Amino acid sequence: MAHAQVALVAAGFRRYSTYRQATVAGAFTNTVFGFLRCYILLSVAATAGGSVAGYDGPQLVSYVWIGQGVLAVVNAWVMLDLAERVRTGDVVADLLRPIDPLWTYLCTDLGRSGFAMLTRFVGPVLVGALAFGLYVPANPLTYLLAPLSILFAVVVGFACRYLIGLSAFWTLDIRGTSMLWVFLSGFAGGLYFPLAILPEWLKTTLWVATPFPALMQAPLDVLVERGGVPNMLLVCASQATWCAVTLFACKRVQARAMRKLVLQGG
Amino acid sequence: MIISARGLRKDFTVHRKVGRFRRERTVVSAVDGVDLTVERGEMVGYIGPNGAGKSTTLKMLTGVLSPSGGEVQVCGLEPVAKRTTLAKRIGVVFGQRSQLWWDLPLGESFSLLRHIYRVPETDHTARLKQCTELLALDEFIHTPVRQLSLGQRMRGELTAALLHGPEVLFLDEPTIGLDVLSKQAVRTFLSELDTRGDTTVVLTTHDLADIEKLCRRLVVIDHGKVVHDGTVDELHSRYRSRRTIVADLELPWPDGLTLPGAVVTAVEAEGRRVTLTLDGTAAGEVVAALAKAVPLRDLSVQEPDIEDVIARLYRDDN
Ligand SMILES: Nc1ncnc2c1ncn2[C@@H]1O[C@H](COP(=O)(O)OP(=O)(O)OP(=O)(O)O)[C@@H](O)[C@H]1O
Ligand SMILES: [Mg+2]
Repeated sequence: MAHAQVALVAAGFRRYSTYRQATVAGAFTNTVFGFLRCYILLSVAATAGGSVAGYDGPQLVSYVWIGQGVLAVVNAWVMLDLAERVRTGDVVADLLRPIDPLWTYLCTDLGRSGFAMLTRFVGPVLVGALAFGLYVPANPLTYLLAPLSILFAVVVGFACRYLIGLSAFWTLDIRGTSMLWVFLSGFAGGLYFPLAILPEWLKTTLWVATPFPALMQAPLDVLVERGGVPNMLLVCASQATWCAVTLFACKRVQARAMRKLVLQGG
Repeated sequence: MIISARGLRKDFTVHRKVGRFRRERTVVSAVDGVDLTVERGEMVGYIGPNGAGKSTTLKMLTGVLSPSGGEVQVCGLEPVAKRTTLAKRIGVVFGQRSQLWWDLPLGESFSLLRHIYRVPETDHTARLKQCTELLALDEFIHTPVRQLSLGQRMRGELTAALLHGPEVLFLDEPTIGLDVLSKQAVRTFLSELDTRGDTTVVLTTHDLADIEKLCRRLVVIDHGKVVHDGTVDELHSRYRSRRTIVADLELPWPDGLTLPGAVVTAVEAEGRRVTLTLDGTAAGEVVAALAKAVPLRDLSVQEPDIEDVIARLYRDDN
């Protein structure tokens, strides 16, 4: 990466590290919800004979606790400030820089996710590990694929939110779109329950035709080595594809937005 | 010539609700055929009443708004098409917006900008040092931008706009909301920039003192059209704005007394204060004649007021 990109990632990291209280509060909330979700899923598993949709005890614990961490790293339900900046006209400052705003925002979000990784991921995951014991991946390849998968998840999550942000160039009010996005990314992304419990046709449709599983379910499945190496590779490949597709869409939509450039305010 | 615009226009389509369901489309010509050329090193005041189209023009010149018509080139580039290339060669401050990173200390914004604009370390350090001295940035360079006062932030914005050594600086109301001292700091800074001579500046403001102190050339726009392009003096002569003499007298002004080269426009304070408007005759001659006619206690010669003449220009245009 060039100097500018590195500097932007570092700045993204720094920006979020200035909000210490919010970080602690966020990690705390995620931990509390981790306990709740964990007890619920484990009790479901206990009544169903020890496993849910093919996930055994430790895998379920990992699904919940690493999920709580990945949630903060991907940050998919918090909108980028792009839309707000389009609405107020502050986006002018982004456009007056000699660098594509798409990369500016991406680098900043990577920096943010890096900070979240060190704080809001590590915190809850550690608690989960101590309180319940996590699934320990057996294959060394997993330790390579898992970080990659999380990175892909961050990029896909970013690109989708960037697209929603760009839509503000056409319809200034994006509240509806972002509410729909928050719902879908949680429901179809594997945050509320493992996607594996869904009927086959729905599950397949989601994995093949939507970017949502790439946000949460993908890295979680890689981390618990679901389906063995072939499935893990397939999952990562599909995430990589979604990265390319969504970033490309961002590029194209942004080019369109630039062509009609109407900025708000004096 | 570093900026050239010919027949530049921008129409906005505004949808207005009429009644419950109908929406009416109206077209607002925010900029309506502006011709503007600026030579390298010039400092131009671009003024006009609220809603005249100043900011809209600046947005088109900087490439963040596509014109509806006309031709425009800045630094030999077409702004919208070459936006990112142009961005390296211009600096912009929109007074009501910020280009700084809200959560970061001011100094970190600056070093981030250095990487984004790929400014060599030595150039960056030299320029930052210069700005730090002239704008007294020391006191708040480690403060997060969101905690800066408006005046402090504006000094930061000016610095941020100049760190990559732009050829043209566009300033949209850089003194808005600043106190007297901050305004002075900004003005001194800009006139310093002007004397060094290599940066072209286009300055928008509602504070005419900015213009008087900084800009020889004044471009006035109203309803999207240029209504004056020239020096402040030319504007005065266009409106025949005159200098005036206000004199305090030892004895009351004799009724009906006239002086060559001036017209008596007011007699106040029981005849002991008289205002004379010069008709172009040198003030010295009139003062001499006045001193001969009546004993003087005090006297002042007043330049025509820029506010008055600009107000007349705005009114005339309506
Ligand atoms: N995005 C927009 N959509 C519709 N109309 C707009 C838009 N931006 C500006 N206008 C209109 O264009 C006209 C010129 O606006 P502009 O902001 O250029 O004025 P200005 O000269 O900068 O005024 P001020 O001194 O108040 O800053 C105004 O009538 C304004 O309402
Ligand atoms: Mg304006």
